[in-house]
Amino acid sequence: MVTTKEILSSPEPILPGHAACAGCSSSLGLRYALKALGENVIMTIPACCTSVWQGPYPKSAITVPVLNIAFAAAASSASGVSAALEAKGKTDTTVLAWAGDGGSVDIGLATISGAAERNDNMIYVTYSNESYSNTGVQKSGATPPGARTTTTPFGRIGSPKNIALIMWTHHLPYVATACTSYPRDFIGKLRKAQQMKGFKFIYLLAPCAVGWRFPAEKTIEVGKLAVETGAHILWEAVDGDIELSPLSKKYRDPAKRKPLEEYLKYQGRYKGISKELVEAYQKYIDYQWSIITSLADIKK
Amino acid sequence: MPKTKEEDEFRVETWISLPSKGSAGNTGLWRTFRPVINHDKCTRCEICILYCPEPCITIDTEDPSHKKGKIIIDYDFCKGCGICANECPQKCIAMVKETEFVKEDE
Repeated sequence: MVTTKEILSSPEPILPGHAACAGCSSSLGLRYALKALGENVIMTIPACCTSVWQGPYPKSAITVPVLNIAFAAAASSASGVSAALEAKGKTDTTVLAWAGDGGSVDIGLATISGAAERNDNMIYVTYSNESYSNTGVQKSGATPPGARTTTTPFGRIGSPKNIALIMWTHHLPYVATACTSYPRDFIGKLRKAQQMKGFKFIYLLAPCAVGWRFPAEKTIEVGKLAVETGAHILWEAVDGDIELSPLSKKYRDPAKRKPLEEYLKYQGRYKGISKELVEAYQKYIDYQWSIITSLADIKK
Repeated sequence: MPKTKEEDEFRVETWISLPSKGSAGNTGLWRTFRPVINHDKCTRCEICILYCPEPCITIDTEDPSHKKGKIIIDYDFCKGCGICANECPQKCIAMVKETEFVKEDE
């Protein structure tokens, strides 16, 4: 695993004074991602929070080349970039598609599925704040059960899509989930992905203080609680073989998980939500765990 | 026959943003609470630097006050989210209301 010292000694890829909200974990996530991948990176960013906070023309807070593209086109434009690099013989450049959950789970699902099926050489990171936070917190395909958004004022009914598992069924060389509160784990996974050729997918949980309605200083704490309560499972699949990450391994036993209420109590989006919906969330979490653990037992 | 450089390069003219500090202006103006470090209690573990989303916290390794240096917060850009104060293992960062600095700033 990467050491904290190593993370801190690499140059800062994000310049201060960008337009992200106070305590934004997507800027934190991108900072870790670019620290992990180095300076030789080309990024594509569709419409999402990052396309806003990177700064208005003529300034940018990101120190690597960025291609801002239409909402659905993060993966397809990254395919083009990687094909152009291959044609020019530049094999050492990493292509990073960096999209929000709306741009990957809902709007960009067709293009990301296409790029995955072609196995184009790129790293695709979905940073998920589980809603369309940028436009005023509307429900997205990744919003968990019971969560209040402006379009689900009494709590979300139904279950979200598990985009990491959707990508896993595409037989990719690398699929993983991560959380911004665990930078060492996230950077380790990115470096592993960088060494491989083909389509690599990482789902990054990025707690959003504005959308989830918790105080900005709790950003890291809420992300840690998501893992400790089992609501977000950290796993990786190298060549299809799913394995729980060391941080999530001990929560395989439900007795060791913290109660879900601890995770929800900080979040204003769960304030006043009916017991049935919270129970539905717990059921959803337990079901996700049984899926992941049974898939982890299957080896190629 | 190899192509000349002009033929080979396909150029697209577009707007290009260049990396610079303060792309959204002096974001320190957004702040309502200011993180203030108690440098005597600080162990220079650099957890605050690791978790700063801005990132506007750095360490000045040449500062003579401590063998590891001194943690410096750039108040021009710090938005006062308070993650550093919340995550500090020593609890040596205090969040102080900006109004208390008004006289000092003048």
